[in-house]
Amino acid sequence: MRRMSTAIEIRSAVKRYGTTTALHSISLEIADNEFFTLLGPSGCGKTTLLRCIAGFEDLNDGEIRLFGRDIARLDPNHRPVNTVFQQYALFPHMTVLENVAFGLKMKGMGLADRTARAGKMLEMVHLSAFADRMPAQLSGGQQQRVALARALAPEPKVLLLDEPLSALDLKLRQAMRVELKMLQEQTGITFVFVTHDQEEALTMSDRIAVMSQGRVQQVGTARDIYEVPVNRFVADFIGETNLLEVTVDAVSGAAAKVTLPGGQKITCPVAQGVMPGKHHLSIRPERISLAAKGELDAVVDRIVYLGTDLQILTHLTTGEPFHIRIQNSARIVLPAPGDRVALQIEVGAARLLAD
Amino acid sequence: MKGVRHYPGFLAMAVACLAILYVPLIVVMVYSFNDSTSITTWGGFSWRWYADVFTGPEAPRFKAAAWNSITIAVLAASAATTIAVAASLVMIRGGRFRGKSATFALINLPLMVPEIVTAVATLIFFSAIGLVTGYVTILIAHIVFCIPFAYLPIAARLQGIEDSFEQAARDLYATQWQAFRLVLLPLMLPGVVSGFLLAFIISLDDFIITNFVKGAGMETLPTAIFGSVKQGIKPNIMAISTMMLAVSILFVTLSYFVNRIGQRTRS
Amino acid sequence: MAGMAPEPGVDGGGKAGLGYRRLIGPLLVPTWVMIGIFLVLPVLLMAVYSFLTKEFRGGVVWDFTLAAYDQFFLNRGLFGDEPPVIEWTYITIFWRSIWQAAVATLICLAVGFPTAWFIATRPPKSRAIWLFLITVPYWVNLLIRTVSLKFLIRDNGPLNESLMAIGLISDPLPLVNTNLAVQLGLFYSYLPFMVLPIYAAVERYNFALSEAAADLYASRWVTLREIVLPVVKPGIIAGCILVFVPSLGAFLAPDLLGGAKTFMIGSLIDEQFRGSQGNWPFGAAAAMILMTLVLIVLMIYARAQTKAEAR
Repeated sequence: MRRMSTAIEIRSAVKRYGTTTALHSISLEIADNEFFTLLGPSGCGKTTLLRCIAGFEDLNDGEIRLFGRDIARLDPNHRPVNTVFQQYALFPHMTVLENVAFGLKMKGMGLADRTARAGKMLEMVHLSAFADRMPAQLSGGQQQRVALARALAPEPKVLLLDEPLSALDLKLRQAMRVELKMLQEQTGITFVFVTHDQEEALTMSDRIAVMSQGRVQQVGTARDIYEVPVNRFVADFIGETNLLEVTVDAVSGAAAKVTLPGGQKITCPVAQGVMPGKHHLSIRPERISLAAKGELDAVVDRIVYLGTDLQILTHLTTGEPFHIRIQNSARIVLPAPGDRVALQIEVGAARLLAD
Repeated sequence: MKGVRHYPGFLAMAVACLAILYVPLIVVMVYSFNDSTSITTWGGFSWRWYADVFTGPEAPRFKAAAWNSITIAVLAASAATTIAVAASLVMIRGGRFRGKSATFALINLPLMVPEIVTAVATLIFFSAIGLVTGYVTILIAHIVFCIPFAYLPIAARLQGIEDSFEQAARDLYATQWQAFRLVLLPLMLPGVVSGFLLAFIISLDDFIITNFVKGAGMETLPTAIFGSVKQGIKPNIMAISTMMLAVSILFVTLSYFVNRIGQRTRS
Repeated sequence: MAGMAPEPGVDGGGKAGLGYRRLIGPLLVPTWVMIGIFLVLPVLLMAVYSFLTKEFRGGVVWDFTLAAYDQFFLNRGLFGDEPPVIEWTYITIFWRSIWQAAVATLICLAVGFPTAWFIATRPPKSRAIWLFLITVPYWVNLLIRTVSLKFLIRDNGPLNESLMAIGLISDPLPLVNTNLAVQLGLFYSYLPFMVLPIYAAVERYNFALSEAAADLYASRWVTLREIVLPVVKPGIIAGCILVFVPSLGAFLAPDLLGGAKTFMIGSLIDEQFRGSQGNWPFGAAAAMILMTLVLIVLMIYARAQTKAEAR
């Protein structure tokens, strides 16, 4: 595999606010030209981490390296990193063009040069017609694109985006996701994107870091995170899943012998370092089918009609709730509430979690 | 690296600002306890100048002046507060009506006209209608410029009170006067008290307008102090000043706490 | 404008159910009577007086004339029979007042802005304490504050005494009776009026703008100049107006701290109404000219406000 250069390396970063710790020794590597997303619920520390990279917060401990250079001591205006703010922070007293040209002006570019470059940036985000307007005259989506153009104009090595799409309505958001992704591929700049919306993360990112309570829970591609979650948080936060408490009887290599709640024993793949004992199993609802015989026995509670899918809510004979998703189709014979059904787990679909 | 809120030197400036504001006052307070008759050298701690104010040669004059000041302030503040309550009820609860912005301008007018212009105009007016300058003229002038000061906190407080309270009272068979007296007024009270205290201090402290319309025989505390200062700053002036200072600060602190209590019982 | 009573809400008939609409008339009568009769009428009367003739013993004779304004602007010689030349004395006094007020405003701005910024960027609890501390001196009688300032800086006052005691100077600094003393007095009188509006504006300021500027390579001071000041400008202007206008017509500071060379409008007007030397129409005329000046300043401010809002 071709080795990519590392754009940002974060080593054991710690950030405290008084007695609360926002970041517990975070270590991450973000590659050059990558669309990297920090994903997590509010309060998980993703925005704090972003602000540390931008320079608006100081780390209590740890390092941040940009292409090998330690930037932790640098003021934000000395870091070749630019930010798209959540509420855009467009300068209200300057025109759109002046806003976009601001970073260039600060770096000493002459008036003619920076007007030309700012014009090009506005073209790139399709807002050339608005160059002389004031920010207050633009819609939310337009302001967001101005903020983007402004942050890209000084050709930063890394672009930081702090939940830039959260203030937009759904259709606009979906359109902007595509635009942002294309922009990143076009410019080749490393994007570090912060969001709490997993659909956004899954659709746009090359890699995702799932964060919770100041720690990185898992880093990987969208597929990695969805298919092979490492713990309950990631399994539950990304998509939907069924979590079952199980007992691991034995581990050999990459496989483990597991006892299900109903007593059935199965073998499933397991990550390194998992010891026998009580664990949780994650099974995605679309990886289960109703069959004549299966690993689990359940009683149907309700069937929910979702248009493209059908959701079958059941509870196992041992009591745990369990839900299944099947694609809607005329050929299906549906059970009725109260029926006993057998649930068959797709091969390899049961993932054993570390906790 | 400090945040974007930090600017070097601003803290020093703020401290210097406070120092500049307080040093002259502190100096006056300190020297009011100066035992020596010389205004410049320190002779030891003493209450003699305070005693002098109350029992010395100028005491009767100051006592009369103080009496005038206090009574005028009480009367003017009371009148102004009542008028301001009435006005605020209309302005805040009366909806739209013709002449509303004119009334608003009128209420603020005393704040906009330079004090000396008000003083001259008032003097001319009293002279023209033949009203002899004295206690009454001072009182009338004070009521006028106290109205906006009383109005400010009263209207602010009233604005924050929802009409649902009075509506509930009316729904439960109260007359308008009862709804006002038993429901609205108690809720408004912190604002009313605050307005009264404000108006009181403004009246007590007024110099320019009072000086113009007081006529020959009358003195209020500020005009008495001024007259005395014109002849040279004497130690008993320091004492009176310190006492007035203490009264002002006391009233401001009171007003502040009344507001704080009002905040906590905010609807 | 900062310091004015809260704007009454514009609303429809919801409040009508409470019955206050019926009482608009009676409840407003006291206000209209007091302010209308005892302020508006007097000011109008004062305007009329400026066109009357002065009475020998003070007071007026009801003969209409432009004599007061004539005396203000023109010099017709000792007996009034020479061809008119511009009388500079009074114009100079007005000009000096404008100048003193402007300098005092600038001093207030230089000291007040950093102070307001500093207070607005404190955590909420200490912010309240700072505000309290800044406004308390304001509540002390202006006369007493001016007197205390005079006491402090005069030739044999504590400031000079301590400076001499530690050997910094050998002769007392002649601080009183100077322009500087008056400007200091005005600054001392009206500083809170500058701090509070700026504080309000900075408190509403969106600090993400400063972060964005820093993110785009602006230094702290460039950010202040390019981003903060333009956005906070309305507060600054409000503060300047609130200091400049009262300073124009101030009486106490120039009278107690200044001397003959620093004679200002306030003292000029006051002089006209003292004893039999006074000239009431002239005083009224001077007051009218002062009012006009103030109105011009306020109109410029109002125009600038509406222009800013239209943008």
